[in-house]
Amino acid sequence: MSSETAMLEAYSKREYKHGFVTDIDADTIPPGLSEDVVRLISLKKGEPEWLLEWRLKAFRHWQSMEEPTWPHVSYPEIKYGDMIYYSAPKQKPLLDSLDQVDPKLLETYEKLGIPIEEQKALAGVAVDAVFDSVSIATTYKKTLEDAGVIFCPFSEAVHSHPELIRKYLGSVVPAGDNYFAALNSAVFSDGSFCYIPEGVRCPLELSTYFRINAQNTGQFERTLIVAEKGAYVSYLEGCTAPKRDENQLHAAVVELVAAEDAQIKYSTVQNWYPGDEDGKGGIYNFVTKRGACRGDRSKISWTQVETGSAITWKYPSVILQGDDSVGEFYSVAVTANHQQADTGTKMIHLGKNTKSTIISKGISAGVGQNSYRGLVKIQKNATNARNFSQCDSLLIGDKCGAHTFPYIEVRNTSSQVEHEASTSKVGEDQIYYCRQRGIPTEDAVNMIVNGFCKEVYQELPMEFAVEARKLLSISLEGSVG
Amino acid sequence: MIVTETTSFQEHFERIGQTESAGWPDWVTELQAAGQRRFSQVGFPTTKAEDWRFTNVSAIAKHSFAIATAAGDARLATELAGQATLDDQAVRLVFVNGQFAADLSDTATLPVGLTVRNLANDLDADDSIATGRLGRQAAVERSPFTALNTALFRDGVVVQVADGATIEPLVQLIFVTTGGETAVASSARNLVALGRESRLRLVETHVGAPGETYLANHVTEIELGDNAVLDHHKLQGDSIAAFHIASTHVSQAASSVYRNHYFAFGASLSRNEILCYHGGEDVETVLNGLYLVSGTQLADCRTRIDHAMPNCRSYEMYKGILDNQARGVFNGKIHVHPDAQKTDAKQSNQALLLSDDAVIDTKPELEIYADDVRCTHGATVGELDDRALFYLRSRGIPESLARKILIFAFANDVVQGVKVAPLKKHLESILLADHGLPNV
Repeated sequence: MSSETAMLEAYSKREYKHGFVTDIDADTIPPGLSEDVVRLISLKKGEPEWLLEWRLKAFRHWQSMEEPTWPHVSYPEIKYGDMIYYSAPKQKPLLDSLDQVDPKLLETYEKLGIPIEEQKALAGVAVDAVFDSVSIATTYKKTLEDAGVIFCPFSEAVHSHPELIRKYLGSVVPAGDNYFAALNSAVFSDGSFCYIPEGVRCPLELSTYFRINAQNTGQFERTLIVAEKGAYVSYLEGCTAPKRDENQLHAAVVELVAAEDAQIKYSTVQNWYPGDEDGKGGIYNFVTKRGACRGDRSKISWTQVETGSAITWKYPSVILQGDDSVGEFYSVAVTANHQQADTGTKMIHLGKNTKSTIISKGISAGVGQNSYRGLVKIQKNATNARNFSQCDSLLIGDKCGAHTFPYIEVRNTSSQVEHEASTSKVGEDQIYYCRQRGIPTEDAVNMIVNGFCKEVYQELPMEFAVEARKLLSISLEGSVG
Repeated sequence: MIVTETTSFQEHFERIGQTESAGWPDWVTELQAAGQRRFSQVGFPTTKAEDWRFTNVSAIAKHSFAIATAAGDARLATELAGQATLDDQAVRLVFVNGQFAADLSDTATLPVGLTVRNLANDLDADDSIATGRLGRQAAVERSPFTALNTALFRDGVVVQVADGATIEPLVQLIFVTTGGETAVASSARNLVALGRESRLRLVETHVGAPGETYLANHVTEIELGDNAVLDHHKLQGDSIAAFHIASTHVSQAASSVYRNHYFAFGASLSRNEILCYHGGEDVETVLNGLYLVSGTQLADCRTRIDHAMPNCRSYEMYKGILDNQARGVFNGKIHVHPDAQKTDAKQSNQALLLSDDAVIDTKPELEIYADDVRCTHGATVGELDDRALFYLRSRGIPESLARKILIFAFANDVVQGVKVAPLKKHLESILLADHGLPNV
C-alpha cells in the first residue's frame, strides 16, 4: 500500500517538461482593455472597417455580460484590465521558407520536439506555426494550393478572402455567444482559416501549433474551418507553453462549418502549463468550440486530449442541422496537482436521423478536480435521433474529485438517448496483478490508464496518438508508486 | 428583496405578525419567524436558478392562495379519505388541509413501541418528540418552499418508534386538501423518528378535491437510528389542477436502511425532493419512483444522496411515462464526500415518451471526492421498442393492446418493488385502469 501511495503521489506531482521562455523582441501594446485597444488591434492588423465594427459590437456586448460562475472550478478573479491584448513577434512580413525564420524560434520548436523540417519531410504535415499571436511560417502551401485548399493565418484571410470570412465569421459562435467568446471576438489576435472547396479531400492533415510566449499576454485565437459539399479535412491542434508563474488567460474560439456530405475531424492535444505542484501559475483555458453540420449527411468529430492548463473550460459542441448528420466527441482529460477541468460537449439534434456519440474519459490525480458537463438536446423535429454517451472517470489518489453533470433534454418520441457513467480507481488488485508478473508499478499504472483511454486514442491520427500517449505518461509520471 | 408575486403570502405574514399564532414554545415561534424572513427575502424561485431551470413556478407565484383552515369541505374530505384508505388494519392518520382530523383517523389500537401524534399536540406535550428535532434537517435556506412551509405550518404528523420495536401494522398518512370555493395553501410539517433496531412501514397518500386548484407544500424530516429500517411509500394523487411541492429530508445512522417508493400521478405541477444524508457506515438507501403524467402536467423528481461515510450503498431507479404535452424533470445527485471510501452507488432514470409533444429533461449528477468508490448512473429516453411490439403483434395481439402491455410492463418494474400488498394491488389497478387493461 505505502509504495503504491508513494507512486501515486509522485505520479500526480509530475513537473511540466516544456517550460522555458524564448527571449524574442515582441511588438506589444500596453496592458488594458478599452475600445481604443480594440481599435488599435484592428489598426495594427490593417483590418477593414466591417471587421472593426464587428469587434466593437462584440466588445460592447462583452461589457454588458458577467463572467459565468456555474463551472465547477475556482480561481482568483481575472483582472481583464491588467492584461496585454496584443503581442506579435517583430518579424514581418510573411516568409516563404524556414531559412528566413528567426533561429531562436526554430530552436524553441526544436526543444519541444516538433522540428518543422522533420515534420515537413517525414510526416507530410503542413504546419501553420502560431508563435504567440501572429502566424509566422506556413509550410506545404503549394500542395494545398494545388488542391484548391485555402489554409492561412486568419489575418491574411481577412485580406485575401474577405467574402468567405464575412460569410462565416461568427456564424457558428456568434460574437455575443458567451462571456469568453465575446471577449475573443473583440480582441482576437490571429488564428487559422481553412477552406476546403466542394468535393476536395484535403491531401494533408492540417496542423497548427499554438504557443503562448510573451509574458502577460492573453491569447485570443480564432479558428474557422469551412468544408464545402463533399469535402473532407482532418485538422490537428497541439499546444505546449513555456513555464511561468503568472496565470495567463486563453480564450479561443473555433468554428467549424460542414456542408452537405462534408466531414471535419478536429483533434486537439492540449498541454499548456498547468501550474506548479502548489497550484501556482498555469494557464486559464476558456475555449468555445462549436461545429455546425449544416448539410445533410455531414459529420463533425471532436477528439481531444487535455493534459495541461490550470483551468480548462471547454465544451466542443456540434449542432446537427442537416438530416442524417453525425456528431462525435472523444475526450481524455487529465487533472493532476491543482488542475481543474470542467469540460464536455453539447450535441444539439435538429435534423432527422441525426446521430451523436460521446465518449469522455476523465482522469483525476493529486488534488485535481475533473468535471464532465454535457448537454444532449433532441429538438422536436429530430425524428429518429440517436445519442450514446459514456463518461468514465478514473481516480488516482484519495484527494481528487470526479464529477459528472449531464443534461438530457428530449422533445421527440422517436429518438433514443442513452447515457452511462462510471467512476472507478486504479485498483490495488490490478497493480498487484501486474507486479506479480514482473511489471513495475509505474508501467502497470500507465498500462491501466492507457487501456482506460484506448477508445479515445483510436480516434486520434497516428502521429497524435503517439504524442498523446507520451504526454499522458509524462503527466502521470511519478504519480503512482 | 421582496418579490411582487409573493404578496398573497406577504399580506398573510403581516397579519400574523400582529395577532399571535398558536402559543407554541419560543423556539417554534423563532423557527417560523426565520422561515418567514427567508421567504420574504428570496420569494418564489425563477427558472434562472439552476435548481429550477426546468420547473417554472410562476403559476404558483401568480396565484393568490388563502391559508388553509381545518374546515374545508367536510363531506368531501371524508369521502376522499375513505377512498384513499388502503388497509382496515392500518394505523391511520388523516390531515385535512394540513391539520389533523381526529374523527377521520384511526389510532385506537397502537402497537407497543409506536407513538403517533399530530404536531400541534406534540409541541404542547411535556415529552415532545419534535422538540430538538424539528427544523434540524430542513434548513430554511435550502429552498424557498421549505422556508414557506416553515413559516406557515400549523400541524403535521409526528411518528416515533421505540428502540428495538418492529411495528407490524401499516401506518398510513392521508393528506387531503380541499378549499371549497377558495384556492388554499396547505403546509403540513411532518417528523418521523425511528429508534435503534426498529422497523416501520409507512404509506403517505396525497389526495385533493378533483379539479380544485390549491398548493400543497409539505416538508417531512426523518431520522433513522442505528440499524433501523423504514419502508416509506408516497402516493401523490392530487387534483389535476393542483400544485404539489414536497421535500423529504432523511438522516441515516449506521447500518440503517431507508427505502422510498414514490408514485406521482396527479397535480398540474409536482415537485418531490428526497434528500438522504448518511451519518454512519454501512447505510443503505433505496429510492424508486414512477411518474405517470399526461395533458399539460409537469412532474419534477429530485433526489440527492450524500454519501458522507465509508461503506454505504445507494440504489436508485426512476421511471417516467409522459403523454400529450406532459413534462418530466429528473435530477438525481450523488455526492460522495472525501472520506466515503467503498461507496457503491447506482442510479438509473428511464423515460418513455408517448407523444411528440412530451418533454423530458433529465440530469443525473455525480460529484465524487473519494477514490475507492463505484458509482454508475444511466439515463435513457426513448419510445416503445419496435421489436417488442412486433413480437407481440406476431402473436396475434393487436397493436393498441400490445402498446398498453409494454407500457404496463415498463411501469410495473417499479411497482413490483413495493412490498406492501394492499398498496401494490392499488397501484396495479391504477396502472391497468389507466391503460384500459383488464384487471387480472
